[in-house]
Amino acid sequence: MDLTKMFQFNADRSSYPELDANGKPIIDLSSHKYLKLWQGPQHPGVTGNMSLELTVNGDEIVESKTHVGYLHRGFEKLMERRKFIQCFPTCIRMCVAEPDPNEYILSACIEELSGIEVPETAQWLRTLALEMARLQVLLRGVPGQAGTFSLGLGYQWGNYIRDLILDRFEELTGGRVYHMYILPGGVRGLLPDGFKKRMEENLKLVDEFLVNINDLMYNNIVFKQRAVGLAVIPVEWIDQYGVYGPAARAAGIMRDVRKTHPYLKYSELDFEPYTTTASDVYARSLVRWHDLKMTVDLIRQIMAKMPDKGEIKAPTPNVMHWRIPKGETYVKCESSRGEYGMYMVTDGSDMPRRVNLKGPSYTHATALLERLLINANIADTAAIMVSLATCPPEIER
Amino acid sequence: MVEILKELEDRFQVTDLVQQKDHLAFVSVDKNKAIPMITWLKDQAGYTSLTLLTAVDWLEDGKFQLTYMINNPKKNSQIAARVMIDRENATMESAHHLWESIRIYQRELKEMFGIDFPGSPEVDESFILEGWVDIPPYRRDFDTKKYSDETYFPRPGRQSNDPAEYMKSKMYPNE
Repeated sequence: MDLTKMFQFNADRSSYPELDANGKPIIDLSSHKYLKLWQGPQHPGVTGNMSLELTVNGDEIVESKTHVGYLHRGFEKLMERRKFIQCFPTCIRMCVAEPDPNEYILSACIEELSGIEVPETAQWLRTLALEMARLQVLLRGVPGQAGTFSLGLGYQWGNYIRDLILDRFEELTGGRVYHMYILPGGVRGLLPDGFKKRMEENLKLVDEFLVNINDLMYNNIVFKQRAVGLAVIPVEWIDQYGVYGPAARAAGIMRDVRKTHPYLKYSELDFEPYTTTASDVYARSLVRWHDLKMTVDLIRQIMAKMPDKGEIKAPTPNVMHWRIPKGETYVKCESSRGEYGMYMVTDGSDMPRRVNLKGPSYTHATALLERLLINANIADTAAIMVSLATCPPEIER
Repeated sequence: MVEILKELEDRFQVTDLVQQKDHLAFVSVDKNKAIPMITWLKDQAGYTSLTLLTAVDWLEDGKFQLTYMINNPKKNSQIAARVMIDRENATMESAHHLWESIRIYQRELKEMFGIDFPGSPEVDESFILEGWVDIPPYRRDFDTKKYSDETYFPRPGRQSNDPAEYMKSKMYPNE
């Protein structure tokens, strides 16, 4: 018996419902052929506090609208009323899962506008902290993709190792989730004694995890059947819809700030981000698996190359009276989800005039996701969303 | 980068050029020339990717600054165009025909700053706030402290006791 035919959905769903001249589906709710269905904000298949208003026809989505605002705290506005150093506790909460890029871009904006040079050792430590942050995100992000197809085992493995990485963060910074390790001028401390040895033990576990997760996910017939060919992002959408990071690399377009605009010590490290061309959920997941592998390698390289001692903080003015001359800049770095940037405007006072954070989820979860979900199956919604690694707090700030 | 800035000066009379770093330059452009300039940069000069669109409120000058930041992925160069518009009845030409994603930024700016982009899809639908009736909250004249004092029920601070006095009152209530 040919099993592939048995599990195949009707392949050609694209011609129904009819589209109008603008490419939008023609939906008449009074025809009783359509149903409104909300996915989120309280739903295990939604990445955080957001919701999708789906219009479905049978089990097929014909229209999707993203609703955010469940976590809006007006951070950008609050930062306009705070001194530069007081912005840090606010800023790091703009992305809960990976707070370190927030610290880095805010520090880098302040340093650039006030002309501060960061010492060599501090730059290495910053690079290490950013890669550790990426590691702990991907340890859940990679198996999380299988979790959306109810294969939750890998997520449990990843979560265990992530907890060990959080232990390393705790001994380095004092905090497990929010660290505030990177501050204007440098970082808060050197590596504790024996840190490298304990980190290496953890990295060995990640090596094993990488092999196991490869067997569990990428050679799994159910995962492949569901993920291959799902939610393909054509190359021409990359700029049109604002696609960054792993999602763009899965479409064969190199978008990695670490390579295109090397910052901190990335130019001294040897790495080549993985790209592929299939551009479906499977390809995006595979890119993240390779990213995780590369991060492990990068952490090893950083620990081998970084100096053990040295200046870790450049002198800064008294932070409570720190005035920054009028100016504006944009600083970006590569988060696990893609280009993560901050636009800062200063007016010569002791508070920023305007801070604007631009994370990849801003376009991924809105314009792109709304488009990708058309003609998708309800059961695939969570998978498509997770494959874009959307993070609602960075949309609504 | 230098050539493209020179070309922008000739074609669109941009002013206040600041080359912030190797790959990032800021220019000011007239409101009427902004969308033609961005269209030219996107279609002719390879600046195909939109990095961000946001606004800065210069309350004291009665102006909003719109910043369109666009990126040339092949050359890794970024240009940010500042466009000054009046704060009163703030309106700007929509650029939704250039990028699918820009309608989201325009929708947010309408909600948060009250800057209108006529013709932009869904621009009047609420994005982050729901049922908001006050002035747009990201304007400088919106006072967050006053708003929260008036909107939310005042919460008394945490009660605290001097430990010595507290123990004394518990153990020797009659003294």
